[in-house]
Amino acid sequence: MTRRPSRTGASRRDFLRSSVGTSGALVIGLYLPGCARHSIRRREMAEHAERTGEFVPNAWIKITRDNQIIFTLDRVEMGQGTMTSHTMMVAEELEVDPGSIRVELARAERRYDHDQFFMQVTGGSTSVVEAWQPLRKAAAAAREMLRKAASAAWNVKMSECEAQNGAILHKPSGRRAAYGELTEIAALLEVPSPQLKKPDQWKVLGTPLGRLDAPAKSDGTARFGIDVVVAGMVNAVVIRCPVIGGKPRAIRADAARAQPGVSGVFPIRNGVAVVADTYWRARSAAAKVEVDWDEGALSGFDTESFRKELAHRAEEFGKNVRDHGNVDRALASAATKLEVVYEVPYLAHATMEPMNCTAHVSDRGCEVWAPSQAPGLARELIAHMTDIPFDDIVVHNTLIGGGFGRRLAQDYVAEAVDISQRIKKPVKVVWSREDDMQNDFYRPQTYNVLKGGVDAEGNPIAWSHRLVAQSIFGQIGKDWLSAMMPDWMPRVAKLMMGRSGARMFKTSVLTDGTSVEGAVEIPYAIENLNVEYVEHEPGVPVGFWRSVGHSENAFVVESFIDELAHAAGRDPFEFRRALLKKSPRNLGVLELAAEKAGWGKRLPPGVFRGIAQHESFASFCAQVAEISVKDGALQVHRVVCAVDCGQVVNPDIVEAQMEGAIVFGLSAALKQQITFAGGRVQQSNFHDYAMLRMFEMPRIEVHIVASDESPTGVGEPGLPPIAPAVANAIFAATGHRIRRLPIESELANVGKIR
Amino acid sequence: MTVSHGIVFKVNGTEQTVEVEPETPLLWVLREQLGLTGTKFGCGMALCGSCTVHLDGQAIRSCVVPIREVAGRAVRTIEGLTGPRGGPHPLQKAWVAENVPQCGYCQSGQIMSAAAMLAERPLPSDEDIDAVMSANVCRCGTYQRIRKAIHRAAGEMAASRGGDS
Ligand code: FES
Ligand code: FES
Repeated sequence: MTRRPSRTGASRRDFLRSSVGTSGALVIGLYLPGCARHSIRRREMAEHAERTGEFVPNAWIKITRDNQIIFTLDRVEMGQGTMTSHTMMVAEELEVDPGSIRVELARAERRYDHDQFFMQVTGGSTSVVEAWQPLRKAAAAAREMLRKAASAAWNVKMSECEAQNGAILHKPSGRRAAYGELTEIAALLEVPSPQLKKPDQWKVLGTPLGRLDAPAKSDGTARFGIDVVVAGMVNAVVIRCPVIGGKPRAIRADAARAQPGVSGVFPIRNGVAVVADTYWRARSAAAKVEVDWDEGALSGFDTESFRKELAHRAEEFGKNVRDHGNVDRALASAATKLEVVYEVPYLAHATMEPMNCTAHVSDRGCEVWAPSQAPGLARELIAHMTDIPFDDIVVHNTLIGGGFGRRLAQDYVAEAVDISQRIKKPVKVVWSREDDMQNDFYRPQTYNVLKGGVDAEGNPIAWSHRLVAQSIFGQIGKDWLSAMMPDWMPRVAKLMMGRSGARMFKTSVLTDGTSVEGAVEIPYAIENLNVEYVEHEPGVPVGFWRSVGHSENAFVVESFIDELAHAAGRDPFEFRRALLKKSPRNLGVLELAAEKAGWGKRLPPGVFRGIAQHESFASFCAQVAEISVKDGALQVHRVVCAVDCGQVVNPDIVEAQMEGAIVFGLSAALKQQITFAGGRVQQSNFHDYAMLRMFEMPRIEVHIVASDESPTGVGEPGLPPIAPAVANAIFAATGHRIRRLPIESELANVGKIR
Repeated sequence: MTVSHGIVFKVNGTEQTVEVEPETPLLWVLREQLGLTGTKFGCGMALCGSCTVHLDGQAIRSCVVPIREVAGRAVRTIEGLTGPRGGPHPLQKAWVAENVPQCGYCQSGQIMSAAAMLAERPLPSDEDIDAVMSANVCRCGTYQRIRKAIHRAAGEMAASRGGDS
């Protein structure tokens, strides 16, 4: 997801703002300064300490009398390392050993709303960025209050009281008090806004501290959503229509109801629920249910005709999302002209932990345990579904077995709540892999017409990109915008604002930044440049997929710039370099990756290189891929990655995120596509939606640019460059230009043509 | 479907009796009847390795092994994995040292596959690792670190064996 305003277009945040802004005057209450929401009133703090002995200076930190330091993590841990990086920020300013901090996962509460998304979500590679100032300040404030408390208790100067390893030390007298001994006094003090430590004073930040969740994830004790057990709980599975959006018309379930342990078979909004005492009994009984479906609007949907539809739409003029110079005139005068089409397919997230949720709707309210990236959105949705007041809806978070954007949607939560409401019992709903693969919110399929021109000296003088894509916000904007509204707003008003906002994306009054990100903000100095966007809505559910629009657009842009380099007869690295003089951070990673990869140096016979760079989520990343193609079979041997993500909280986590994003991006680039026939998703499990496996794993080297800039995202920026780097290397190896993904099926097609 | 009365087998050294349909996959017996949730469900078709456990010492995909086939045999899960002298398995220590896990969901299966491999091939080559570990998917892409951690654990086990002699 876009985090910062792009140079030319507006970011998603701005879109949301503007859409919210045009919908009415009710939004003033939203613009609370970031920290105010996290603070706790002084009287509350003192009373709480008197009652419990606990010092709770803000929404994140709690210190108990028996010296436990508890940090409430309000961004989910789904592998990206928030548990470690956020705890490091707290540890640094609080002057405690990060290993001594107990981390608890926050439930959904408005005070944990995201500063940019106005609700509690984890996404957009923003978790470190967003916490960087407020979380460190909160920890520093707590530290200062403890110092002041000690100085008051001992009647000494505060300047002589030093915070050290979980205790305050009075140097002159050698007196020492653990934080726990000072909680009640500290809680009486005013929360200050202290100075943060300078990077040269850091002891924890910037170090490759081991992941705090690694031990539990290596001995089987880590608890994920799927592992939740609640007293009195039953299990349910949902039989879904083979066509997304279809509904059950008739059910024959006598055989299933007679199965052991089965307590109910009934239709719900999106399918048929089968409830039993255990998952396996529910799953086995489900196989015996016969359902007649009303297949709904997507019934005839077909990938091949959809491609034609997209090509047809590409004949129209789109909305100009970036336009300067005169592309037509420049193309007319170009010495060499190119006009080509790039296509990328729908993609599934296929998180390792399938969708699941445990819910309990009772007279007292609703309690949910969900591996969700957007617990705030879940709460909103439950309120709309059930009419239960906000305060009686509790959404607990769990560890998450992979998110990648899939768990920003809350469909699996809605389902569990729906079933629990009907059976009036706590229920866990677990999806099969097939359910998960065939009922995703897919990365949009896109169609791109690219035109480019190079002059006689080999300089690129024209670039035109017409992009046909589906708008994610056109689909989900309604729910998102209404969840962003404050809780005091009447539900109807929330919904209305949500709807009107979403409509604006559909009617192209607003441009969905997630469709065009990565295509609009091309950093290359090309005088005549035009990017157009045609919004096309076939009704297939779409969503955020690791790096979102960048995942599609970087492939297109970084492949086509490579085409222009070759058309100009220039080296692809030098060609880019010459065009990036005014983009120092893009240039920085490009040169670092090229240097570390030994660009221009001899490779073993049969091995070829490709390069690509891309900015996303305010971070810069370049990659050089080394590959070989033998008898149509591609092997990626080595990937050299350079990343500039500002100051680094934990270099090992940055490296791990780059490695992970490269593998995720390689799986997609090489192997993955979601296709439809007769409305049915044709892929179902890991045999036909394949993942990179150990034997295909390239050697990955990550180099981090030293920087004093504020930290920027690392969960997603490693992904966009890999597909074009590999495709560019394939061109170097074979002279064949990959213009459609996935690569393995393209290479197979080439083989057939030969 | 009939409920079988008392399938008896050993899990992590302890005898267990379960009353379930004989076709129930071992995975769900471990997770639901025995509360051993360290073993994960990923695909249900022996495609991903998340559910890997040891059956009489062999790595198997517990999502496709019906419980009737387990009767009278010995199962080891991640919860019961120990090193040659008790305590955490060297692989588990190596996993922490190399910071292998990201989301962590696949890692019980990865470790169980690697442990079975090391029992047979104490010093595996990269080719051995490719051959065995390619059965386990990691969606977070931790393969490079898994490889390193296996080599590290194998090295440490070899060193401590050397120390014995
Ligand atoms: S769940 Fe058994 S191999 Fe995937
Ligand atoms: S660590 Fe997430 S799937 Fe392997």
